[in-house]
Amino acid sequence: MGEFKVHRVRFFEYMPTAIRAMSFNAHTERLALARVDGSVEVFNFADRYFQEKVIPGKDAHSIEALCWVGGRLFSAGLHGEITEYDLENLRPKYSLEAYGGPIWTIISNPQGTHVAIGCEDGTVKLFEVLAEGVQFERNLDRQKGRIISLSWHPSGTRIAAGMMDMIRVFDVLTGDVGGCKSRETVVWTVVFLSDHTIFSSDSAGKVQVWDGHTGTLVKTHQLTKWDVLALSVSKDESSVVAGTSEGTVVQFQFIAPNLQQQEKEWVRTRTFKNHTHDVRALVEIGTAIVSGGMDTQLVVRPLLEKFEEKCFASGLRRIHFPHRNLVSCAQKARLLLLQFPGQLELWRLGESDGHGKPGDILPLKTKPEKLLYLKRKGKDHICCSALSSCGGWLAYSTVSSVRLYRLQTDNNISITKVLQSPGCLGMWSLPVRTMTTELGLALHLPVTLKETQSKLCITLAIPFSHNHVSLFQLHCMVPMYSSCPSAMGIHPTTNNLTMVHADQQIFEFSIAEKQYTVWSRKLQMQGLHNLWLNRDTPVTHVTFNPKNPDQILLHDMYMFCIIDQSLPLPDQKTQFYNQMTLRSLSEQERPSHLHAFKVCKSFQDLMCMRLLDDQSLVVVERPLMAINSQLPAPVRQKKFAT
Amino acid sequence: MVEHTGIRVVHRGGSKINFREPVITSDSRFLLCGSGESVKVYSTSTEECVHDLQGHTDLVTGVVLNPSNHLQAYSCSADGTVRLWDFTDGILIKTFIIRYHIFSIHVSEKHVGVLFVVVPMANEKGSELFQLVAVHLPRSGDPEVEVGELSAVLCDVSPNPGAVSFGTGGEYIAAAKGLQLEVFFFKKQKSYRFSLKSGMNKGINNSFTCISCHPKEDCIATGHADGKIRLWRNFNQKKEYTYSTLHWHHNAVNTLRFTPEGTNLLSGGIESVLVQWRYTQENQKDFLPRLGAAITHIAVSPDGSLFCTSHADNKITIILSSVKVSAIIQGLVKDDCVRTDLMIDPRSKALVLNGKPGHLQFYSLHRDKQLYNLDIVQQEYIHEQGVDQFQVVKAAFDTHGDWLATVEERRQKSSELEINLKLWSYDEQTQSFVLNTTVTAPHEDQITAMCFSPSPETTLLVTTSLDGHFKAWLLADHSDTEESASWSCDFVGGYHLLKPGCCCFSADGSLLAFGFQEVVTVWSPTSWELLTTLSQPPGAVRDLCFGRLSCSKYLLGTSTKNQLCCWNLLTCSLEWNTPMDVSLLQADPFSENMAAFCSQSGSTDLFVFKPSEPRPLFSKKALCTGKVERAIFAPRDQMLESSEEYSQWLNRSQLYFLTQHMDLMTFSTKTEEDRLLASSKQLMVDDSVAITPFYLLLGRHKQQQQEKQELLTNPLAERTPLPQGSIAIKELLDTPAHVLPSASFLCSMFVRSLLVSSSSARVEKEPAEEEMKSESEEVDSDGEADLFQPKQELWGSAAQDPVEESGAPVLTKAQERELRRVKKLDLSWLSSLLDC
Repeated sequence: MGEFKVHRVRFFEYMPTAIRAMSFNAHTERLALARVDGSVEVFNFADRYFQEKVIPGKDAHSIEALCWVGGRLFSAGLHGEITEYDLENLRPKYSLEAYGGPIWTIISNPQGTHVAIGCEDGTVKLFEVLAEGVQFERNLDRQKGRIISLSWHPSGTRIAAGMMDMIRVFDVLTGDVGGCKSRETVVWTVVFLSDHTIFSSDSAGKVQVWDGHTGTLVKTHQLTKWDVLALSVSKDESSVVAGTSEGTVVQFQFIAPNLQQQEKEWVRTRTFKNHTHDVRALVEIGTAIVSGGMDTQLVVRPLLEKFEEKCFASGLRRIHFPHRNLVSCAQKARLLLLQFPGQLELWRLGESDGHGKPGDILPLKTKPEKLLYLKRKGKDHICCSALSSCGGWLAYSTVSSVRLYRLQTDNNISITKVLQSPGCLGMWSLPVRTMTTELGLALHLPVTLKETQSKLCITLAIPFSHNHVSLFQLHCMVPMYSSCPSAMGIHPTTNNLTMVHADQQIFEFSIAEKQYTVWSRKLQMQGLHNLWLNRDTPVTHVTFNPKNPDQILLHDMYMFCIIDQSLPLPDQKTQFYNQMTLRSLSEQERPSHLHAFKVCKSFQDLMCMRLLDDQSLVVVERPLMAINSQLPAPVRQKKFAT
Repeated sequence: MVEHTGIRVVHRGGSKINFREPVITSDSRFLLCGSGESVKVYSTSTEECVHDLQGHTDLVTGVVLNPSNHLQAYSCSADGTVRLWDFTDGILIKTFIIRYHIFSIHVSEKHVGVLFVVVPMANEKGSELFQLVAVHLPRSGDPEVEVGELSAVLCDVSPNPGAVSFGTGGEYIAAAKGLQLEVFFFKKQKSYRFSLKSGMNKGINNSFTCISCHPKEDCIATGHADGKIRLWRNFNQKKEYTYSTLHWHHNAVNTLRFTPEGTNLLSGGIESVLVQWRYTQENQKDFLPRLGAAITHIAVSPDGSLFCTSHADNKITIILSSVKVSAIIQGLVKDDCVRTDLMIDPRSKALVLNGKPGHLQFYSLHRDKQLYNLDIVQQEYIHEQGVDQFQVVKAAFDTHGDWLATVEERRQKSSELEINLKLWSYDEQTQSFVLNTTVTAPHEDQITAMCFSPSPETTLLVTTSLDGHFKAWLLADHSDTEESASWSCDFVGGYHLLKPGCCCFSADGSLLAFGFQEVVTVWSPTSWELLTTLSQPPGAVRDLCFGRLSCSKYLLGTSTKNQLCCWNLLTCSLEWNTPMDVSLLQADPFSENMAAFCSQSGSTDLFVFKPSEPRPLFSKKALCTGKVERAIFAPRDQMLESSEEYSQWLNRSQLYFLTQHMDLMTFSTKTEEDRLLASSKQLMVDDSVAITPFYLLLGRHKQQQQEKQELLTNPLAERTPLPQGSIAIKELLDTPAHVLPSASFLCSMFVRSLLVSSSSARVEKEPAEEEMKSESEEVDSDGEADLFQPKQELWGSAAQDPVEESGAPVLTKAQERELRRVKKLDLSWLSSLLDC
């Protein structure tokens, strides 16, 4: 492995936003997650927790709750509208004003025929789910206070509503049934179990168990001095988890106090502490507890008793960064484009003329410089952006439009809009997952990808010259693979398409021959090393070394890897992370120990890694510590010995 | 030299009472705990020791109540036996011989006739692995039964008795060791194992330390070394088990106990705070802080009304269920070292040594009880490691116990040594020592020795220090002024800038000897004149001792170079010397005898000799392992009359010594043991009479006592219930109902006894009593002492006096009739009270 001069970039002040709501679709094993900025993310839990879809948010469009109805995803928020999402095209399908003021919660009945919303004006509104949308059906009895939380009974005939100081149980068909009174609290969540037990969590830090028939309090668990914000019940109703403002998740289990007897009761059991801030959203998915909150990370805490042996799913998982690229780089012009939801930033990399030993820090001749701050137009947030390698072209897309700009960065910086395609143009509003721009004679822009399980089609759009863009569509069917591709790249010289999937498999597909390359077949025959397959995060970018066509460069959050196709592949017995061993060996012994995967872990929390034309690496890091330090202060807790 | 077999080295007093968990009886009246080789029964209300159940020949390692009879208790011992006791009467009922070194004992109500004991795997004392075995007790009438049937229940358990617990109704047993919890279900004969992940790589030690099962629900509480408590549920499944975690302790949880109803969980650790957790409402806790020392065990009475905690400083605290301390039973506090010497308080005859940090403890050896603590340092002790605090390093009493001198010092890193000399005077009114004078920095360096002058004319204290000086302190009497007398320095002396190591007054106080390294200097304390110097190089002088009584012309000294020298002070010449490595030389204040402890190849030998005689009176090889650094002759409260030559030296005083492992040992002769046996029987009956308010009210104390004495000296006569007379009534009223014959049988007897006796009956009775008395006389002579108050000591020693003896029966007879009348009265009282 050659040694590189590395630009270690830490000026990308990326700040993920807090998680507000979650909803899990057990049928499709998809988790929908809403953030405070209004963006919705869909994770495929069957496919290594891969962030499959991202629907960017909109200004003044916060989401309070999400719910799945079959395969359809609905959200509601304080703007007072119900929104259904188009999960194919990754955009809101339609929004429907509910005329009840801000909506605090939305929930679907277990049968999937209705959704209920809780409104600021104290009404619970029922909507019927039709094929083309939702239709208002009726209001339940109007209450005095706002409806904060709702929960359907599994039979679908009753609905429990948590509001200020009060829990009400409505009969869906007739109206009001009864209520349970608590004092001066906000009932943040209610959970209605099939045996008519109601769990409620409130702002007084209590989780209370009520009898839903009589409205009597059965048991109170004081969890914290602060709020208990989230509750979730497992599918078999043997466990309820509660998330608190202290960042803890407390589990309650339905177990028999005496082992011989059948009679069971709810007992507080385990406590998990994986968050530093409020746990706002919580889902129990059978084998794991998924939690998210103010500290912006999604934590998948597996329940170890559900696993027979150690496997990929039995490890604790934290998802910090989006599984896509937010940084693009002009290799020739040494420019970096940083993408934020509301703006783009263009930076010129610093330069150094020093030479030093490996491991030295070189002095900077010129400091990195922010060239451009491009604010997006319209309400929609930016979903992806790209910079051509010569640095002359810049493009970004939102849900509704794609814009292309011409850049002058030599002496006086200027930017001119070349193209704005309207949102209705089908092609451009496709789910643009990755864009790479390469400007040779032509600019070709492989816009990915419409990946259903059955086919993967690559659409290439090639705009020419300044104001004249022609579109080409090149359909080329890559054989189906069960896992979603997390990164792909086309080799500049061999025109091979390299794809890395969420389950860490690597394929190389020759576009010219329309079949997998020999190397790819060999790799599949031999299989990848277990250590490679068991890595935590998906590869987010693939790039190539222009000087050495055999080298493929990949990176994920914790490492970057150079795959040298000329070297033998490692088998299961070889030492996978062999850099230290190689360093200790003499020059003569080294070649016998080399294998194709060269992994470097010296850079952590990687957002981006690129190889510049002068064979120096650009590494963009965003340390988690820096993110944590920008979070608001957590609730004060007494710590021992402080 | 001759070895004598008649004298044994025994533990007597001052043994650990916190070694194993104490047991509270079901009526909450008594507390049983293993103490050395015996089991002690304490009253929970008065803190007094009521019985000392003796019989084991090695350390008692566990006490449990017999689940099928709440008036009996099992105890197990390292000697390989389990003994069944009737603890109310203090009788050994049965001995089960198991022949294994037993580490702990567990019982359950469900398993009748089965004991569970922890024994080593390979029947070796040094074995590292232990197993829990079930012992099926054979049904046999013999008092000593060999147990053949042992069946292993759990292998590889922890020898710590707190790590094994029976679950609800004895259906399962849970044991924890290291990082593993094992639950064994008896019905299914199946065990489940749960292990925790080692947190060592994160710097957490989450190994199990203790365990307790909920008595009603299937929930196991375990304590961990990192201070967490886990509550395990659903443990009859391999995978789906679950636990919740409670965390308050910052250090290891030493002990855990559920209350009998399971409503509360008690836990304790080094924080010396008793924490009471509400079961299922775990964030509500009650605390009982400032218990003084780390909690090592918690026991709960079967009715839940009392808790008791054992502490690391050899203390048992009895706590009401309202979390208030009601009583404290304090044993001898043994720190890791005794900085002050062992001393005897001349007034209370109590053993004095440093106990709690900054305190002197007064410990009664006869009653085996701590009398009181004297706060010397008078500063708050900070419970934190690495903090240098004042320590009491020296203490001395004058001959009458009027004055106490103490030295405390603190050496802080990078700062000067701080020394305080404090002088305390005895205050008759408060019956304790009151600080009289504090001398800050009496010397520039550590004080090596300190002693009071024994002469009755002057009150003089001499201190020697490593700064090369000795100082004499005199009580200056300010009788003319308002101020009370205080101490001041009278004389500062030295000898060629050598460092004095020890000092000693002659018995009459006319001579004072200092050991200045290799030179012994003898001074006159009246004129401060150097009289003579004696020297016997090589080797610095370690100990100096003047002979007493007939041998007062001798001065004995030991040196570091294996020398024991005896100088004749009349000729100022060396009388004799022998090569011996004497680690400690101790003079008996009541005789000419001297005791020399010699350390030799890892163990200690004892020689008792008179300076004037070349032959030792007594010698014992290999007394104990390690070096003996502290010993004391304690006066006996009553002389022994041993005629054998080898044990005569123990007649007037008793030699106590501290071994390396801080065990307080003493010597016991055969006569003494006989007497002890007799007195234990006395004690036994003594307690069967409960001192009720009626009893005191009617003022029959003296009569009863005398009556009792007659009885007690003859325990056999007492055992068989006499059908008539006051004794029978007393017996009837005071014996527990379950040991009495049927009421119909008693009734006739009782009625008969209440009839005004015909003359014939009285005639019959009188000779019987006479007989009893004559029988008891010999035993009386030395056997009744323990019953008397210390003030009656004289009376006790003069017990052989025939006048006294014959006087007693006359008195008894005269009052006997009266007494019977009173008894009837008493009964009517009682019945009327019961009616209303």
